[in-house]
Amino acid sequence: MSRFVVRRLLTMVLLLFAISAVTFLLFIVALPGGNPASLIAGRLATAAEIHLINVRYGFDKPIYIQYLKTMGNIFTGAAYSYSQGFNVLSQIKAGLPATLSLAFGAGFFWLFASIVLGTLAAIHSGKYLDRVLTVLSMVGVSMPPFFLGALLIYYIGYKTGILPIGNYVPLTHNPAQWFWHLLAPWFTLSVLFIGFYSRVLRGSILDTVNEDYVRTARAKGLSERRVLVRHILRTSLLPIISLWGLDMAQVIGGGAILTETVYNLHGVGQLAAQSIGNFDTVTLMSIVMLTALAVVIMNALIDIFYAVLDPRIRL
Amino acid sequence: MTETSTSTTGAPAAGEAPLLDVDNLKVGFATEDGMVQAVDGVSFTVKQGEVVAIVGESGSGKSVTGMTLMGLTRGPNARIQGSAKLNGQELLTASDNDLRKIRGNRIAMIFQDPISSLNPVYRIGNQIVEQIRAHNPDVSKHDAMEQAIDLLARVGIPRPRDRARAYPHEFSGGMRQRVMIAMALSCSPELLIADEPTTALDVTIQAQILEEIRTLREQTNAGIILITHDLAVVADIADRVVVMYSGRVVEQTTLDDVFYDPQHPYTWGLLGSITRVDRDRNTQLPAIPGQPPSLLKPPAGCHFRARCPFAFERCTEVPPLVSHLPDAPDHLDRCWLDVERKRAVRNVDGEIALLNAKG
Repeated sequence: MSRFVVRRLLTMVLLLFAISAVTFLLFIVALPGGNPASLIAGRLATAAEIHLINVRYGFDKPIYIQYLKTMGNIFTGAAYSYSQGFNVLSQIKAGLPATLSLAFGAGFFWLFASIVLGTLAAIHSGKYLDRVLTVLSMVGVSMPPFFLGALLIYYIGYKTGILPIGNYVPLTHNPAQWFWHLLAPWFTLSVLFIGFYSRVLRGSILDTVNEDYVRTARAKGLSERRVLVRHILRTSLLPIISLWGLDMAQVIGGGAILTETVYNLHGVGQLAAQSIGNFDTVTLMSIVMLTALAVVIMNALIDIFYAVLDPRIRL
Repeated sequence: MTETSTSTTGAPAAGEAPLLDVDNLKVGFATEDGMVQAVDGVSFTVKQGEVVAIVGESGSGKSVTGMTLMGLTRGPNARIQGSAKLNGQELLTASDNDLRKIRGNRIAMIFQDPISSLNPVYRIGNQIVEQIRAHNPDVSKHDAMEQAIDLLARVGIPRPRDRARAYPHEFSGGMRQRVMIAMALSCSPELLIADEPTTALDVTIQAQILEEIRTLREQTNAGIILITHDLAVVADIADRVVVMYSGRVVEQTTLDDVFYDPQHPYTWGLLGSITRVDRDRNTQLPAIPGQPPSLLKPPAGCHFRARCPFAFERCTEVPPLVSHLPDAPDHLDRCWLDVERKRAVRNVDGEIALLNAKG
C-alpha cells in the first residue's frame, strides 16, 4: 500500500509537470493574442509602458524562468489574472462548491441510473424492453446539454414554474433550495452519461453471463437474484467504474462547461469558459492543473476500489 | 426424422428402483439456421452408489445431457422433451424454485475447467459457505464456515483453515477441482454429475481426483454420472458405460463388456484409438476417419453410417437401442449388423478396432 502511494505521488508530480509545461507553452508562448504585457497595459499603452511591465512581471526573462515563476504563483495562491486582476485561487475556490455539488450529485445519479437500466437491458436482452432502452440511450447520448438544458429551462422552469431557472444556492445557505436548484443541472448532465454507461454495462453483463463461474453459481442452487447481484454484477461493474472515475474527474475539473453555463452555476467550468474568452491564461492554467489533479486522485481511488472488488489485482 | 418407439432402458433391476431414470431425453436448440438436435432420445438409469460413464467425442451431446438434468440448458431457445426422474421426481418440468432446491443439494455437479468454474473474486471458504447456506438458511455463517473447513480437509487440502481464506487464483488446478468436489460433498448429494472432471488436469492429478470421487461415492453412496471422452478414466472408475454418438446412445452396457465384447462399430473405433505405450511408435496414431455429422441436418438412419466401413442399405433406417445378445439382456446397442459378423470384423491384428481406422 505504501509503495502504491509513493508510486502514485511520483506519477502525479510527473503528470502535473508535463501538463503544465504543455499548457504554458501553448497559451503563454504560442498564442498570438496572449501577450500578457499588452493585456495588462491595455490598448492605449506605449511601447515604453509595455517594456516596463515586461520587466516588472518578468516577461523578458527566459521561458523556463517565466514557467517556474508562474507555477510558483499558482501553487502558492499568489497568481493574479493578468486581464481581470482577480486572485485566481480565490476565484477557483469560489467556483468549487457549485462544481462539486454538480459533479457528485450528477455522478451518483448517473451511475445508479445506468446500473439499473443497463442491468434491465441485459436481463431482457433482445426483447422489447431492451430495444426501447437502446433507442432511449441513443437519444440520451446525442442530446447536447445546451439543448436539453434549454428545453428544461423553458418548459419546466419558465412555462410551468416547477423548477427554479438556474443559479446556485450554497448548501450551507439553504439545503432544500440547493437541492431544488440543482435538480435540473444534475439531470441534464447525467442524461449524456446514462446512455453510454448503460450500454457498456449491458455488454459487460452479457459477457459475464457466459462465464463458467456463473454456471457454477446456478448449479450450487443459488437464487437467480443472488446469481445476478453477487456473481454477475460484481465483475461486470468494473468497466463502468473506471469510466466513472475519469468522467467525475473531468466534471470536478470544470469539464461540465455547457451545463454550468446553461444554468449559470458560477462554477469552475463557467470560470474556464470566461477565461478562454478573456485570454486569461493564468486562470486557465490553474484550472487545467485542477483537472489534472482531479484525474490523478480519482484514478488512484478507482484503482483502490478495483483492488477491493477483484482480489487478483495488486496495488 | 422418425425415431423408433421409446427406447428401452433394459430390464429394470429387480426390486431396486433406479435413483435416476432418464427416458427418451431430447434437447434441441433453435438457432438462426434451424434446430440443432444436441440430444436425440437418450435413455439410461443410474442406481445408488453406481458410477455410470457417458462416453463420446466432443459434440456428442454428453455434456448437454448432464447440464439438462440440472436444468442448466433451460432457455428461450431450448426444446427439452422426454423425462428424467430423480427418485420419482420429474426434473425436466420442475419449477425453477423446485429446481433450485435440487441443484447443489440433491444433485451436485463438477465441471471440466476448475480454473474458471470458481468465482475469482470470492474466498474459497465463502463460496462453499454460500452453497451450504443456500440450502440450509438456518445454519449460521460461522457454523457453515466450520463445515467448509472440514470439507476442505476431507478432500485433502492441507491447512484447510488458512486455505479457506484464500482466493481461487492462489490454488492450483487440481486443488481447485478438490474445492469443487468439497462443494459437491457439502450437501451430501444423491447424484453427482462430473462433467469431464479430469480433462483439464495432468495425469498424476487426474488419478488423485478420481480417487476423491471414489471416496465421495463411498461416503455418500451417491449415484455418479461421469461424463468423459477418456476411456482410461472410464476403465478406472465406471460400473456401467453409455456410449454416445451425435446425440444418441449407440451402446450401453457394463464396464467389462465395453472393453471385451463391444457391439457398436463406433465403440470399436473409440477403443482402437486409445494411444498405447506398448505399440510401435512408428505407426500412425489411429483415429476414426471422417467427421461427426452436423446436428443441424443429421443424416437419416444411423448417424454413424457415413464413417462406418460396414454400412449397408438397412442403415438408412434408425436402428433401435436393443439387446442382440440372448445372454446379456442389459447390453444394448444401436446397430443392424449381425452379432457373429460384428465379432469377426472388429478384430484387427488381435485387438478390437474399427477396420479402416488402422489404415
